[in-house]
Amino acid sequence: MSATDPLMNAPQPAPVVSSISERPGLLSLRGVDKVFNGDVVALKDLNLDVRQGDFMSLLGPSGCGKSTALRIISDLLHPTRGSVEWAGGHSQNDLGVVFQEPTLMPWATVAKNVYLPFRLQGKSYASVKDEILEALKLVGLEKFQNAYPRELSGGMKMRVSIARAMVTRPRLILMDEPFAALDEITRFKLNNDLLELKAKINCTVIFVTHSVFESVFLSDRIVVMAARPGRVLREVQVDAPYPRDEVFRTSAEYAAHCRAASDALHEAMGG
Amino acid sequence: MAVTDPTQIDTAPDADEIARLRTRRLEKFGKYALPLIVMALAIWFWDRIVVWNEIPHYILPGPGRVWDTLVTDWAILFDAAKLTAKTTILALIFAVIGGAGLAILFNQSKMVEMSFYPYAVILQVTPVVSIAPLIFIYVESKTAGMLLCAWIVAFFPVLSSTTLGLNSVDHNLRDLFRIYGATRWQRLTMLQLPSALPYFLGGLKIAGGLSLIGAVVAELVAGTGGVGAGLAMRIQEAGYRLNIARMFAALSMIAAMGVFLFAALSIVSHLLLRKWHESALSRES
Ligand SMILES: Nc1ncnc2c1ncn2[C@@H]1O[C@H](COP(=O)(O)OP(=O)(O)OP(=O)(O)O)[C@@H](O)[C@H]1O
Ligand SMILES: [Mg+2]
Repeated sequence: MSATDPLMNAPQPAPVVSSISERPGLLSLRGVDKVFNGDVVALKDLNLDVRQGDFMSLLGPSGCGKSTALRIISDLLHPTRGSVEWAGGHSQNDLGVVFQEPTLMPWATVAKNVYLPFRLQGKSYASVKDEILEALKLVGLEKFQNAYPRELSGGMKMRVSIARAMVTRPRLILMDEPFAALDEITRFKLNNDLLELKAKINCTVIFVTHSVFESVFLSDRIVVMAARPGRVLREVQVDAPYPRDEVFRTSAEYAAHCRAASDALHEAMGG
Repeated sequence: MAVTDPTQIDTAPDADEIARLRTRRLEKFGKYALPLIVMALAIWFWDRIVVWNEIPHYILPGPGRVWDTLVTDWAILFDAAKLTAKTTILALIFAVIGGAGLAILFNQSKMVEMSFYPYAVILQVTPVVSIAPLIFIYVESKTAGMLLCAWIVAFFPVLSSTTLGLNSVDHNLRDLFRIYGATRWQRLTMLQLPSALPYFLGGLKIAGGLSLIGAVVAELVAGTGGVGAGLAMRIQEAGYRLNIARMFAALSMIAAMGVFLFAALSIVSHLLLRKWHESALSRES
């Protein structure tokens, strides 16, 4: 382990910490810099160790490079310096992505939208029909498989987007502020469902959010980032066990974690 | 306090709802009825002007006379219409193939686009009437010449709107395709072409009208001989003979063809987009 491992600076030496660090590694970013146009330093010496089964949130002020980090992980951007290393090598199959907008193809039905990752792999619809139905069932939309996106509400579209991201059972799902555009009731519901889903398909999630509450409710690791230049400020671990539910949302434990994350965020914003 | 049973909701329409339904019904009726009423009034007024002022038919024939001409000259006019329609439709088909094909080619190769797009623009901005005489000097076949004229006018809207469409792919969807390792071909067929479809259909509607204009201009420049006469030729010919009624009859047929073409293309467009595109949504406001 390098000295810059954020886990070394973790504030609480709770038992869960050791259990997180005992998880096998999945992906690590080593000394990643990203410079745009020769002078915009979006990321400076970013180190991140993602482990299998993590629910990691990236929390930080606008412009601190959260989206840039995700784009580097998904290989849409190349780091200016540093490297991204996948444990056991990286294949196209490793990733599912959910953006802030549902990003569905309006001309295709719900089922055909979820089919997309398989279709691009050259698989026939018939051969993956069961997986598609299963994914739709997991997000509770099996009745809408023949609907077109425009017939769905914002929350339902987001569910389709999540189904598409997980239908190939990727090792890692990247989510860039997926629920930011939704109303609070829908967001809470989707938060709960997302946790259930993750437990069911047993994947790793990196989740970008602006919301302290959302990050505490969802994740076991919150990586707080600071801007100018974008970097990891510190990691806050949420050692509450899963499954988490509405009881957790109102617990004192939850409030304490929110305070810790919120303090870290204030520090990140230079306050 | 009375406890209301939520299953006993009164779903009878309120005043707003009734007013809105009535407006919608009126609008639906008006959409078809009003233009027809206007047309009937205009024809009646036209007839009255001719009768009241005793205008001789070689200056302005009345609508009745035009109708009679349409009936008696139907054989000639219908043959002419078939020729004009043939040029128009062929030109439109070539405009679609050429316009969309060029758009895809330009989209696939920036170099090709940079090299040739300016010439497509030049071809478009040069009035076809001024190119047409040259075309008929160098192109042996009258039919081919007329097609070429009509094509020059019609292909550009297809080209420019399809180009716009191919470039209007949602950024996140493009990223998603990259993340999943889509090939260039997959990106083109599964993402760019469907994204471009509404734009293409918009261009197609414009191209339909333009190919008719192109066909008419081409006929006028080409003159008679060889391939027989289209509607535009019949108009010119009737003009020389002061057969004004036949001019009106032929003109009304050209107009009817234009309307028919536009309506047909609108229906095609609606059918292709109705399932998913916003433009085909009938949302109540
Ligand atoms: N393609 C680009 N070209 C130039 N600068 C860019 C580009 N993409 C991002 N940046 C810059 O990099 C910095 C980080 O951007 P990024 O989008 O990663 O931030 P973020 O943390 O996701 O912000 P937000 O919370 O607002 O989404 C910003 O200053 C942004 O202006
Ligand atoms: Mg962002």
